[in-house]
Amino acid sequence: MAKIKLKPKARKGVIGIKCLIKHPMETGLRKKKGKLVAANHIVHMVVSHNGNKIVDADIGSSISKDPYFKFNVAGAKGDTIELKYKDNKGKTGSKTAKSK
Amino acid sequence: MKRRLFLKSAMAGSAVATAVGAGLLTPSMVFANSADFKAVSDAAGASAAGAGKGSFKFKAPKIAENGAVVPMTVDASKMDGVTNISFYVVNNGTPLAASFNLSGAQGYVSTRIKMGKTSPVDALVTAGGTTTKVSQEVKVTIGGCGG
Repeated sequence: MAKIKLKPKARKGVIGIKCLIKHPMETGLRKKKGKLVAANHIVHMVVSHNGNKIVDADIGSSISKDPYFKFNVAGAKGDTIELKYKDNKGKTGSKTAKSK
Repeated sequence: MKRRLFLKSAMAGSAVATAVGAGLLTPSMVFANSADFKAVSDAAGASAAGAGKGSFKFKAPKIAENGAVVPMTVDASKMDGVTNISFYVVNNGTPLAASFNLSGAQGYVSTRIKMGKTSPVDALVTAGGTTTKVSQEVKVTIGGCGG
């Protein structure tokens, strides 16, 4: 299971959500020792705030390795932020964190 | 397979057939890779062509030393009803890097993108049904999309 770092931080009524997902993000075009490395990248990601979906992202292979995202949402300390992702091999990952 | 040839075919969108033909990838992997995302990417390209200039901030480096990690930020938090933010790298094999559908979040997305070579980058923001863009040229000294 890939590691996810999720750090929501509330400030002046806005929660800044920083997330970092450990993922190789292979495009399927790169070669290693003459052979193509199979594509392995995140295709879909959902971020929810207190159970409501706030971000629903289609992600392509041209996002960097170990992708980093930052979003802002109106909210307060103690709110629950959840991140879920799915990659092109069908693997999923999720993480829940309380806003600080 | 020659690299140049392969890249060309990838640009033309027939990389799938070539890769399968060469037995490098199993079909299921290939189709999971790009089937529906390509449609999203094409749609974004079409809307980018007709989009007017946006009144939001788009932050990207003028020169990226490492094309594998190019940080970018779109700040449209002053705009109301932002429903989508997309990053479109014109010269990448798959031009659409990511498309964020926002529902409730503020119009702000920051992320890191891979770029194959120097290219203009379009940030697309859709608010209230209208798409606007801000474009910036990013110079890449070392490419990040394989090869």
